[in-house]
Amino acid sequence: MWQFFHKLGSPRWFFDLAGRLMPWLLVSGLLMSLVGLVWGLVFAPPDYLQGNSYRIIFIHVPVSFLAQSVYVMMAAAALITLVWRIKLADMFVKAVAPVGAVLTFLGLFTGAVWGEPTWGTWWVWDARLTSMLILLFLYIGAIALGSAISDEKFAARAVAVLVLVGVVNIPIIKYSVEWWNTLHQPATFTLTEKPKMPMAMWVPLLLMVLGLYCLFGWLACWRLQTEIIFRERKARWVRDRIMAGGRG
Amino acid sequence: MSEPLLQAVNLSCERDDRLLFRNLDISIVPGTLTRVEGPNGSGKTTLLRILAGLHDACQGDILWNGQLRDRQRESFTRNLLYIGHRAGVKAQLTPLENLRALMAGRRLLSRDLLAAALDNAGLAGYHDAPCHSLSAGQQRRVSLARLLVSDEPLWILDEAFTALDREGVAGLERLLLQRVSQGGAVIATTHHPLAADGMRRIQLGKVNDHAD
Amino acid sequence: MPTDKRPVMTPVQNTAPLAQAVIAIMRRDLKASLRQRQDLFNPLVFFVMVVSLFPLGVSPEVSFLRQSGTGILWVAALLSTLLSLDHLFRHDYDDGTLEQLLLAPQPLFLLVLAKATAHWLVTGVPLVLLAPVLGVMVHLDGNSIGVLCLTLLVGTPVLSLVGSIGAALTVGLRSGGVLLSLLIIPLYIPVLIFGTGTVTAAEAGAPVSGYLAIMGALLALALTLAPFASAAALRISLSNS
Repeated sequence: MWQFFHKLGSPRWFFDLAGRLMPWLLVSGLLMSLVGLVWGLVFAPPDYLQGNSYRIIFIHVPVSFLAQSVYVMMAAAALITLVWRIKLADMFVKAVAPVGAVLTFLGLFTGAVWGEPTWGTWWVWDARLTSMLILLFLYIGAIALGSAISDEKFAARAVAVLVLVGVVNIPIIKYSVEWWNTLHQPATFTLTEKPKMPMAMWVPLLLMVLGLYCLFGWLACWRLQTEIIFRERKARWVRDRIMAGGRG
Repeated sequence: MSEPLLQAVNLSCERDDRLLFRNLDISIVPGTLTRVEGPNGSGKTTLLRILAGLHDACQGDILWNGQLRDRQRESFTRNLLYIGHRAGVKAQLTPLENLRALMAGRRLLSRDLLAAALDNAGLAGYHDAPCHSLSAGQQRRVSLARLLVSDEPLWILDEAFTALDREGVAGLERLLLQRVSQGGAVIATTHHPLAADGMRRIQLGKVNDHAD
Repeated sequence: MPTDKRPVMTPVQNTAPLAQAVIAIMRRDLKASLRQRQDLFNPLVFFVMVVSLFPLGVSPEVSFLRQSGTGILWVAALLSTLLSLDHLFRHDYDDGTLEQLLLAPQPLFLLVLAKATAHWLVTGVPLVLLAPVLGVMVHLDGNSIGVLCLTLLVGTPVLSLVGSIGAALTVGLRSGGVLLSLLIIPLYIPVLIFGTGTVTAAEAGAPVSGYLAIMGALLALALTLAPFASAAALRISLSNS
């Protein structure tokens, strides 16, 4: 077990593992999300209240869900960085932080697009959208701090501290924003309150979530490989790999 | 031979993608003066900061009294006096207040003892002037006054001679030699020609940057 | 070998009591800030100026100011704390006392806590004292002003403590000030929400003890966790210098 853990920390070993995993992640991710998307956008029944505009949840919900879990994954990696000093963990944080930020932005964007027909306005200070906005701030902070420190090792550790502080704060922020929301606009229709979904909506949604997770896994592997190549560029195995041609 | 106070085993350090040193073994024995030498940018300050425990991103182990230093941080820091490039002197405070604040976490000293140390450091008459009104050399003397009341067996001094006048340099040199003869250990970097009997040297700046 | 005959200094075992070290740091920080008056007044003047921008920029109407006054005061207090936070470790970093702090034989998180407390005493407390005056200027009623001061009293230490993490993370960086704000503002949001929410609840005639208890909980959490995070961040930042 310990040996496996140690191996996982070795960039070279992970580089090869990622290379083997990536095609599977890409194919299954594309397959599931395409099926889910077509099913959700074309075949799922329209909502009795919102008509067809609700269909954006097939993008909005998986994207927002993933955006939040990426932050939690980053926090787990941050903990590993600080406690065990495993290089791969801090590369992971650096590699996925921008992905998380983009997902959060997409979540906000699709939320706004959904809000337009639902509320008649692009933006409402709804509890969930506001939390997402703050999550975006947290991502931006982590990225900004990382790029302000020139030394990779210290940048990784400083970002790790920040991400851990952020993850402790997320539940507090969520709770406070929800409380604030009830204080200021009680009993409006919120995105949080989903109508009871029939099976025909659930299955494509689930497919989309799983598909996006796989695609995220693929993207994370790809970005990690790039990061590994960059950081280990002086190591012999990287040179050999480049000589042999490509990512292998 | 007496037991080494501080040891570095297989120390390697890379900063901003540049290898500063590799597989360095250092052993600091009581009663010795060790001088870290090397051209600018060869990692002298980084090495001293690593030994002092301020810089920890390197490979290798550091032992204090034969055991891992980071497991006995309190005992280590209590027995180390480190003076870096920056003097550790607050400009708004007087020399006396500065010295007292710097000593407070270590041991209780009477005002008279602190004042005597400042006098001996050449600051007689300046005890109660705010440090921002002092010259760079005088500010350096405030931090060096700590050496005069130090009970720590290990001194790590980074460019301690900077900004001192000739008399100050001679005084500090005497102080270091005296300390060594009393059984203390001193590690120093300096561009000043410092020499002593049995002085050890650590040469930096001679690694070729070919990691495999 | 001649070294055999040389004397050997033995390591020191006794360390000064913790309280002495903590008090010494607080005294040093307080003295240094009191002698650097400008640093002390600037955030306060900033606080007053930001508040006065709202009547000028939005509306001087009593109804607007009464409704938004709490929020304006809280946001201004938050910004002015941010402004002063950059100094929390930066002066110490520049003059080398921060290195000495890290090499003190006492646990670093307690020394950081002492510094954050000193910071609150010279920035947070004056804000709380100044708040009633500004409260009157934005037409808050007496009861609201009282509750507002209470929330600031509980909330500003949280701002100092949480802010110390950001200050520690950015201390060695050139882009410090703005970056610090980027990192810390999201973390301030819960304090802001509960701070202003408590006053809103008081205006609506609801009992505020529950809300104040939540703010107290935030303070307790910040007291227990923030010093550790700041201490870790300081070690990282100094390693990088």
